[in-house]
Amino acid sequence: MEITSTIKGGNTAEVRIKGELNIYNALAAKELLAGALADAQNVELDLSGVTEFDSSGLQLLVLACKETERKGHRFALSDRSEPVETVIRLFRMTEFFIVVPQEAQ
Amino acid sequence: MELELGQAIQTFITECQELLQEMESSLLTLEADPTDQDAINSLFRSAHTIKGSSGVLGIETVEKFTHFVENLLSRMREGEIRASEENIDLLLKCRDHISTLITLAAEGVEKVPAGIEAAGAALTERLARCLDVKEKTEAAAVEQKKEERHEGPSSKSDAWHISIRFGRDVFRGGMDPVSFISYLSKMGELTSATVLFDSMPSFEEMDPESCYLGFEIDLKSDFDKAAIENVFEFVREDAQIHILPPFSKIASYIELIQNLPEDKLLMGEILVNGGALTRSELDDALRKQHDSENTNEKARIGEILINGGSTYPEIIDAALEKQKRNQSASQREASTVRIDAAKLDALVDLVGELVISGANIDQHSQRVADSLLQESASVMLRLVEEIRESTMKIRMVPIGETFSRFKRVIRDISRELGKDMDLVITGGDTELDKTVIEKIGDPLMHLVRNAADHGIERPEDRRAAGKEAKGTVRLNACHDAGCIIIEVSDDGKGLDRDRIVAKATAAGLIQPGAQLSDQEVYRLIFEPGFSTAEAVTKFSGRGVGMDVVRKNIEALRGTIDIDSEQGRGTSMRIRLPLTMAIIDGFMVGVGGSPYIIPLDMVMECIELSETERSAADKRSYVNLRGQVLPYVRLREFFNERGARAAYENIVIVQYGGSRIGLVVDELFGEVQTVIKSLGRVYKDIKGLSGATILGDGQVALILDIPRLMQSVEATFLAKSA
Repeated sequence: MEITSTIKGGNTAEVRIKGELNIYNALAAKELLAGALADAQNVELDLSGVTEFDSSGLQLLVLACKETERKGHRFALSDRSEPVETVIRLFRMTEFFIVVPQEAQ
Repeated sequence: MELELGQAIQTFITECQELLQEMESSLLTLEADPTDQDAINSLFRSAHTIKGSSGVLGIETVEKFTHFVENLLSRMREGEIRASEENIDLLLKCRDHISTLITLAAEGVEKVPAGIEAAGAALTERLARCLDVKEKTEAAAVEQKKEERHEGPSSKSDAWHISIRFGRDVFRGGMDPVSFISYLSKMGELTSATVLFDSMPSFEEMDPESCYLGFEIDLKSDFDKAAIENVFEFVREDAQIHILPPFSKIASYIELIQNLPEDKLLMGEILVNGGALTRSELDDALRKQHDSENTNEKARIGEILINGGSTYPEIIDAALEKQKRNQSASQREASTVRIDAAKLDALVDLVGELVISGANIDQHSQRVADSLLQESASVMLRLVEEIRESTMKIRMVPIGETFSRFKRVIRDISRELGKDMDLVITGGDTELDKTVIEKIGDPLMHLVRNAADHGIERPEDRRAAGKEAKGTVRLNACHDAGCIIIEVSDDGKGLDRDRIVAKATAAGLIQPGAQLSDQEVYRLIFEPGFSTAEAVTKFSGRGVGMDVVRKNIEALRGTIDIDSEQGRGTSMRIRLPLTMAIIDGFMVGVGGSPYIIPLDMVMECIELSETERSAADKRSYVNLRGQVLPYVRLREFFNERGARAAYENIVIVQYGGSRIGLVVDELFGEVQTVIKSLGRVYKDIKGLSGATILGDGQVALILDIPRLMQSVEATFLAKSA
């Protein structure tokens, strides 16, 4: 699992999470997220590369969201892989996160 | 219109036998795992069906008794009484009693014999005592108190409201809220679900491996409270769960709001959004609550506990798997059809006639030499062959069910004799003809009982002999060259050769000092009245067993062999022919009369040369490529007077590992015929298993090779002695 961060367009950080985002690496994921969020202002999270996702992963998303918003910035999801989409739908959280349209590659 | 009650009663009895079998199976399962809810549900359903059907048919004895049994099962199903060794044993005895009552009803016995009546009364009393000692769980008590506490208007919501705050350690416990929500959504319609993160701390404090999730869910479902509560079986200890049934009192919802950690207004909103309450109901109730708070005591909601206290070893996903499997199993059940055995027999007969008729047409079409006719005949014959195969398959039933019945036998004997035994079954899906299975049941039962009773030693004796304390009785079935082999074996103490010889000598069955092979000694136990058992137990040892077993097996044209090693164990091998009404045969001619040999027993045919013939006349065996081959002249055996052919042929047949040669005049080739029985007059003739009518109307006799071989071997041994 890896988390990468690129600055795009001014004060928005595009954070990409690849690999498994579940209980097995939740601790590591939080560390990496902390790093990615530390320097960022607005955050766009790209989860298209997430291969596995569970409640602990969801918690981290919510955590990141709350932290970003606490600092007064915007937190949004740009792309979600199927495992992520499944859990979000199951928990009826489709309205919870802001979703931005994906950039054409 | 006359009510066909007779037919209904027949159906009832057949159904009940199946249900009773199911009950026994469930009870044994429950014994191994007293928390198996499926087994309990199945038990209840079976008893309920038996009670209902017997009621409809006016069989009061069964109805009344089963009613008491159903009471206990109902409480067990609700979880108020847990399965224990004592009540499972009681239920097994009750099941047996129901079986007895049904048998009496089937036989038309009006008045139940006093002994059985008394037994039933004793069981009923035990049942009543079980019901008195009702174990009320906290849940029931809480339920009671809750019901009484709330009055006033009810919510119009027809959905269950589930409020859950998962414990911190849910993830560490190997579980995930995702599976719970997913499972709930399959139990009905999730009309609303709201996730709550209020308990999530700040970024620094948040522990990614702890769970901070909570849910407010509205679920429309036909499942009952127990089923919904059971979903959270594995997390109830750490979680806060509240479940409100549909149409709960509004006061209950208000109480819920009060007791949840989140903001009351937020909770109120969630309830309204989920449809549990309407806005006006919420406002009214909150106002009333506020008023009463100043006067009454605050009511406290108790935590709704999950029934029982047992934990299932399976995880939720496995439970879901089981649900899926049950659904497909019941789908499969729905696609079987119950057939009257007589109708099936009639069909088999007709197919037989069709085979003969087809052979006839084939013969004629060959002669006419019209290619179109031959082609049509050939197509028809192929279809007839397929019909024949399908029809034969219909009558085939896997033997596994019969084998499973013996689990109870082993269990009972284990308990009564203080032995530790396991029944291992292999080859359960080997298929036999239905009638054969019915007839082999009793002999097998006897052999299994023997193995458990006399074969397997007591645990102390086994340990002293260096064996494992737990003995094994093994049941195996397989196919072999047109036969089915059923083996009953055990790893017990084996047959005591010397004891058998002593007993047989004393009984005058053998001469003192006679030289006998092991096989011959073991075969002695099949003599009537023979038993070397030290103690006649209620299971076996009365000496009326083994000879009856052998007779039953021989009636099926089968054989039984014994293998035993002192101290290691015994194995009984039963061989039954698979030949049924229609056989593939090899036709031969003896003195002008046609005979048929079952094709799968025919190994080869060789011509008997002049020199061999005269040599063979002096000996009773033939030199076949260096091996000794006993033979029999069918001409002599059956006293045929017809002219002797210039050449003679030997047909070499094999059965059970032995071979003999049959000397015949002519070889005709393969033929397919229907076995017709010869009738009672010819029943005892050794060597014939039936007759058939050939395409040209001639009667051909069908040879019973196993019996023939036994007869020949006996003669052979006698001659060489």
